[in-house]
Amino acid sequence: MNTILNDFADDVKAILAKYPEDQKRSAVMPLIHLAQGRDGYVKKQAMIEIAEIAGVSVTDVASVVGFYTLYHENEGGRYHVQVCTDLPCALRGADEFLAKLCENIGVRVGETTPDGAVTIEEVTCLAGCHHAPMFQVQGEGEIRYHEDQSVESALEVVAELRRKAARKEAA
Amino acid sequence: MSHILLRHRDIPNLKDLKVYKANGGFEAFKKVVTGMQPADVVNEVKASGLRGRGGAGFPTGVKWSFLPNTLWPHFVVANADESEPGTFKDREILENNPYQFLEGLMIAAYAVGAREAYVYLRGEFEQISRQLDTCIAALEKDKLLGERLFGKDYSLRLYTHLGAGAYICGEETALLESLEGKLGQPRLRPPFPAVAGLFNKPTVINNVETLTNLPPILEKGAAWYKTLGTEKSPGVKIFSLSGCVKKPGNYELPLGATFRELIYTHGGGLAEGRSIKGIMAAGASSNIIPADERALDTPMDYESVQQNLGAPLGSASVIILDDSVNMAWLVAKTTHFFKHESCGKCTPCREGTFWMAHITERMMHGKASPEDIDLLKNVALQMQGKCLCALGEFSTMAVVSGIQQFRADFEATVRGGGTAQ
Repeated sequence: MNTILNDFADDVKAILAKYPEDQKRSAVMPLIHLAQGRDGYVKKQAMIEIAEIAGVSVTDVASVVGFYTLYHENEGGRYHVQVCTDLPCALRGADEFLAKLCENIGVRVGETTPDGAVTIEEVTCLAGCHHAPMFQVQGEGEIRYHEDQSVESALEVVAELRRKAARKEAA
Repeated sequence: MSHILLRHRDIPNLKDLKVYKANGGFEAFKKVVTGMQPADVVNEVKASGLRGRGGAGFPTGVKWSFLPNTLWPHFVVANADESEPGTFKDREILENNPYQFLEGLMIAAYAVGAREAYVYLRGEFEQISRQLDTCIAALEKDKLLGERLFGKDYSLRLYTHLGAGAYICGEETALLESLEGKLGQPRLRPPFPAVAGLFNKPTVINNVETLTNLPPILEKGAAWYKTLGTEKSPGVKIFSLSGCVKKPGNYELPLGATFRELIYTHGGGLAEGRSIKGIMAAGASSNIIPADERALDTPMDYESVQQNLGAPLGSASVIILDDSVNMAWLVAKTTHFFKHESCGKCTPCREGTFWMAHITERMMHGKASPEDIDLLKNVALQMQGKCLCALGEFSTMAVVSGIQQFRADFEATVRGGGTAQ
C-alpha cells in the first residue's frame, strides 16, 4: 500500500495538478515535504512511495533528499531549532548566542535533548539579518521564525517545545 | 516620500485583497490585459529602464524580448529563493505586500504570453508560501486569475513551489532544475532559459523585487519611472542594511543614494565609540570595500559602485563592518558559507571553496603559517573565471579583496592565533 497516497489523497492530487501531466517529477520536492511533515524525517519507505507517485527511481528521490538541507534522512528531535550564525547575524552576536544556548540546554550543536524533543542546529542565512540573533523551528511540517532573541527568550522557546513534545508523546 | 515597493508601510493591511484593490490594486493588470498588446508591455518596461533586482542588474524588458515567438508554451518563474547573506528585502514584500508582487508576476506573464507561472520560494519561507496560496485562491475567486480574464482571450494560473534549503537555487538554472524535481545544480549554457528553460520551454525568471516594480510602472508609465534614480539605473531599490549599524533593516531609496545616506541618515550610524572599517555592498558575494570618504560618498547605483569601488552593487545587501571586525574572521565566515552551499557540480568551486574554508579555519584555530595567506589568495585566484556559475566566482571576492585591502588583519591572525572580532 502507498501510505502517502492513502494518507494524503487530496494533497497529492493538488500537488500533481500544479505541473504539466508529463512533468510529474516536479512533484518530488513537495511530496518529500509532505512525508517529512508526517514522519519527522524521510523514511526509506516514503522514498519508495514518492518514487512511485512521481514516476522516478528511488535513487532519484534519495539524491534529492540528500541534497537539500531542510530534508532529514535520519530521525532527529521532533523539533529542529536552527540558529543562523552567518556573517550578518554573527556581527550581532549569533556565535556567542548559540554557544550560550547550547551550554544552558546541555547539548552540543547537532545533538538532541535526551527527551528526543529538540535538535539544535547551526544554519546559514535565513533572511532575518536585521533581527539577529534569530532562529527557526522546523517540525511537524511547519517552519516558524523566532527573531530578536536573547538567550533567555530562546531557552523559553526550547522549554515550550519540550513541553509540547511531551504532551504529544503522552497522547 | 511615500513608498513605491514597501507600500504596506504607508497603507495598513495592504495584504488584504480588498485594501489592495481599494488603493489601485490590479488596475495595471486590467489595463494591460484589456488595452495593451504583449509587445507594448515589453516596450514600456524596456523604456522604463528597469533592471533586474536579484543581483545581475540586467534590463528586464530586454530579458523578456529574448523569448522566441516560434516556441510555445512560455513560462514565467518568480525567483523568491532569497538566500544571500544580508538580503531580506523580498521577504518583506512577500509577507506584507504580496498582491503587488503577484500583480507584477501576472503582468510579466501577460507580456511574454505565459499562461502558467510559478513562484519558487526558499524552503524556509514555508509560512509565506501558505499565505501566497491563500492570496492566489482569493484572486481566482475574484476572477483576476483563471480562464478568459476580463472577457479577453487570456488565461492565467499561478502556482507556488517550495525549495528545501539550498542557496544555489537562487541561480536561475539551478532553480529550474529544482523546480523540475532534481538536485539544484546549474545548467550549462547555452541554451539559455529564454529558449530552453522550465520543462525545456522558453522561460523568464525574474526576482520578486523586480516584479513588484511592474504595477507602478505600467500604471504611471515609463517616463514617470525614469524620473526616479539615475539615468542608467532608474527607479527605486530596497537596500537591506545589516551588520554593525544601530538600525539595520530595509530602506527603499532611489538608486544613486549614497552609502553615507543609507548608513548615517537611515541606519542611525554605528554604535558609540565605533568607527566604520568596511562595507560589503552585495552580501557575502562582495568585495570588502574599505569605508573611506570616497566610498561613503559613492552613489549606490549599478555603474557608480562598479566604477568607483570596483565592486558590484548586486542585490544591494549592504553589510557594515566596524573597527572591531577582524577581516580574517570575516573571510572564514564567508568561505564556510560558500563551502556549505557549493552544489558540487563543477570542480573549481567544489574543491576551491573546500580549500578556502579549510585554510581560513586553520587561521582561526591558530594553526596557520604566514605562507597560508598567499596560499589562500592563490586558491581564490585560481578559481576565478573557471566556475560554472556565479557562486564559485563570487566566493573568491571577499577573500581576494580582504587580503589586498586588510592584509594586516590576516598577518595578526596568523601570528597571534584567531580572535573572533
